Amino acid sequence: MNPGPIEFASLSVIALLVAALLTPLFSRRQRLLIACCFGLTAAASLLAVVAGAWTVSRGNAEKIVMLIGLPDLPFHLRLDPLAGFFLVVIGLLSLFVSVYSIGYVKGFLGKRSVTSLAVFYCLFLAGMYMVVLSDDALIFLISWEVMAAASYFLVIFEDERIENRRAAFLYMVVAHVGAIAILLSFGVLAGLASGFGSFDGYTFDAMRSASFPIGGATAAFLLAFFGFAAKAGVIPLHVWLPEAHPVAPSNVSALMSGVMLKTAIYGVIRITFDLIRVFPWWWGAIVLVFGLLSAVMGVLYALMQNDLKRLLAYSSVENIGIIFIGVGLAMIFTSFKLPLLAALALTTGIYHVLNHAMFKGLLFMGAGAVLHATHERNMEEMGGLIHQMPWTAALFLIGCVSISAMPPFNGFVSEWLTFQAFLLSPSLPSPLLKLLIPMGAALLALTGALAAACFVKAFGVTFLGHWRGHHRPKVQEADWPMRVGMIMAATACLLLGILPTLAIGWMDAVPQQLIGTSLGTSAGAFGWMWLTPVAYERASYSGPIVFFGILAIVIAAYLLLHVRPGTIRRVPIWDCGFEKIDRRMQYNATSFAMPIRRIFGFLFNVKERVRISRRTAHRAFPARLYYSLHVRDRVWGWLYKPVIRASFWGARKVGRLQQGRIQAYLIYSFVTIIVLLVFLR
Amino acid sequence: MNLYPFAMEILQVLILLVVGPVFVGWVRVLKCWAQGRSSAGLFQPYRDLRKLFSKDVVLAENASWIFRFTPYLVFGTAVLAGGIIPILSTDLPLGATADVIVLVALFAIARFFTALAGLDIGTAFGGMGSSREMTIASLAEPAMLMAIFTMSLASRSTSLSHMAQLVMSGQSVMRPSVLFALLAFILITLAETGRIPVDNPATHLELTMIHEAMILEYSGRHLALIEWASMMKLFLFTSLGIAVFAPWGIASSADLIAVGAAFFFMLLKLGVVGAGLVLIETGLAKMRLFRLTEFLGSAFLLATLGMLSYFILE
Repeated sequence: MNPGPIEFASLSVIALLVAALLTPLFSRRQRLLIACCFGLTAAASLLAVVAGAWTVSRGNAEKIVMLIGLPDLPFHLRLDPLAGFFLVVIGLLSLFVSVYSIGYVKGFLGKRSVTSLAVFYCLFLAGMYMVVLSDDALIFLISWEVMAAASYFLVIFEDERIENRRAAFLYMVVAHVGAIAILLSFGVLAGLASGFGSFDGYTFDAMRSASFPIGGATAAFLLAFFGFAAKAGVIPLHVWLPEAHPVAPSNVSALMSGVMLKTAIYGVIRITFDLIRVFPWWWGAIVLVFGLLSAVMGVLYALMQNDLKRLLAYSSVENIGIIFIGVGLAMIFTSFKLPLLAALALTTGIYHVLNHAMFKGLLFMGAGAVLHATHERNMEEMGGLIHQMPWTAALFLIGCVSISAMPPFNGFVSEWLTFQAFLLSPSLPSPLLKLLIPMGAALLALTGALAAACFVKAFGVTFLGHWRGHHRPKVQEADWPMRVGMIMAATACLLLGILPTLAIGWMDAVPQQLIGTSLGTSAGAFGWMWLTPVAYERASYSGPIVFFGILAIVIAAYLLLHVRPGTIRRVPIWDCGFEKIDRRMQYNATSFAMPIRRIFGFLFNVKERVRISRRTAHRAFPARLYYSLHVRDRVWGWLYKPVIRASFWGARKVGRLQQGRIQAYLIYSFVTIIVLLVFLR
Repeated sequence: MNLYPFAMEILQVLILLVVGPVFVGWVRVLKCWAQGRSSAGLFQPYRDLRKLFSKDVVLAENASWIFRFTPYLVFGTAVLAGGIIPILSTDLPLGATADVIVLVALFAIARFFTALAGLDIGTAFGGMGSSREMTIASLAEPAMLMAIFTMSLASRSTSLSHMAQLVMSGQSVMRPSVLFALLAFILITLAETGRIPVDNPATHLELTMIHEAMILEYSGRHLALIEWASMMKLFLFTSLGIAVFAPWGIASSADLIAVGAAFFFMLLKLGVVGAGLVLIETGLAKMRLFRLTEFLGSAFLLATLGMLSYFILE
């Protein structure tokens, strides 16, 4: 038998599970454990990438019925182009992060045992691979839970701090509320596919061949979208994300933000385009509206943060929003039978999935390197790290430029394609949509511009200027495994930016499978250099020319200006003659975001207080000034507080049933049996 | 192989490099006349640049490579943009490199690095400039894109050459949506190129400066490159507006007379735009920073109205 892609993928999952089992045996020799475990996960990830890439380029599907499962309900696995694409996304980033982890996890040596981190890291990866491979509702939900549980243990890894335990608990609650919704959604679909009396509808194949009544399908879609949105961190279900992602170890944050959120995108695409297939346009409108909301609010929240990893977590909310914009547009176009435009919109969505995985992974790895070196997450204390950490700074800068949608890096390509998809919406037959959808383009433009401001702040305050903190730690550059992990991710960002035609040509199997049309003929019609979605006259972009053009002009200008040997004189900063210039006088994270906070402040719950010290002799010459600023999510107060209060209230009321006396409990059982006998004979 | 488009390309970049400073000189001359002062002449920007290029660089101790790299990058993006915007001819080999969205992003990358350079030294002014510049940009960019989208809806293309050709072929005459988009574009050009009432290019008054605050620490050839690039930026925005809204005269065929005429028309239009700019700058006072929200908000509103009127009226 010739091994095909699905055998490779299964082998990768098995390797991860074996690694998870064997790792505890090495717990005495932590250094060896780190090298072996993360080396093995890197190899397994590479295997998954190969399997996925192979499937996508072959463009067909392979299936396996597993020998294990529930009695008479075996588990099914399937590797089709959609699954293959997500396998590549997950595998690629886990490969980079695994290499990075070899260096990063060493930072915990001597502080705590890393055995649990390694074990759950393997399980987490295996869970993500299984989610995209599964082809029936049962194994999907089991893998989903493995992924959620493993990531819970990873979030709580440094469990001595109360905020970590709180964050992990919140994460667990939201993940499970979402999982229940997904379970119910599959229940509805399976029931409608095979009748509620039989169990045969649990496979995805049965759902694919069934046709659903609109009411049932809508219920299933809404439940699934709620469940997956909770996992993806779509506003207003995002509250766990900025709590859980920052407190996890940075290699895990990179995976959670970079790829775990994408499994939710995968779920939405799988359920709508593959399982339900026929849907009305307003499903797409729902996805689009929540996507736009998440994009704009996510980036505004990100701008307000002073914690580097929290900022990155909120920016993931924004990017998930951008991905959902693409998916939502694809759904709208599909429902109006415009397959080419749907293929374009879907391609923008999944291309951003890949791009966001690369740059957000890179940024979290960079933030991890900074945390590793300075033991500091608060940007207000940082500054000037570019001098001590030149590698990390340059690589983090590439991540910042990519995420801010600047050419010639990859973030720009997916944003540009999304704009093109927006501009094609006038070909929709509905006048209302024609009018409203271009407004979405304006919100996307706002998001892009605010993201640039956000990452000028993130990079500028962290790496530029002088150190802002009171005590100055000894900072060392990240070691080689960490650098290599980041270099690989940065290279991917650049290559996906300057060679988008090749990547999109390769990805074409996915829209081909889901929509039946591929973009390929138009995207590459003018050779690999030109990205021309839809038509050459319509729009075109050439990543290589922009990149090499700028490079050539920069080099030419540099050489021309250095014909005459000039000297560069290094002098202290010009201090306007006061001679009292201080590191604390620099702009910091709070002051940088101040104008934007003032303009968009009505969207947040801002509490700003300034108090002059009592011991000041005169108001004009304050001895000491106290300034405090709190920016909070309004969503928390509006949506979550009432729910929390209601559930506590309910719990107290139900708690009254607990008398602690055996007689009372016997009466409860007796009454229950009577009731059941009466009503359910 | 047809060499004509490549010759046009090189010619355009040369015109950008040469005419950019003259255009700024023209605006300054007009401004001096309008305010009853005597001017330094049309070619004073050249003399400024020459002086700066021949000086040595004085660099703050804390400056990193970003600070030194930024001037070259800013210059590079401006020159590349000059090869993309149809200034003389619509038949440009680089024209397909980038459509108008990419062009906006090219300006954005220059701004991104300038803002980083402002933060690099670690002075309060640099940070203040960066913070303000990014705030204004984040409001101006959506309005800019909306204005351009309004125009591209009619031409069904975001490629500048095609948009210009379509307007020239007379298919889109003055329509309400174009008017709204033009008004929005003018307001945004004032903001993006740092003119009054958003920013004052002629002042180093500490509390009001934006662009000048970011580049306060630059000197010598670095400053020369940045100054040159910002002169080119004004020229590029003007050319962009001309290409989108009033491209008449731009050569669309390989013909020396047409190119000559295009050059003449370009000078004519630049002269008019310069006069208009001086009228605005002399007639208005600089706005407070937080009043700019209203200014840019109205630009955005105008662009949105343009888009709505395209769908409703046309």
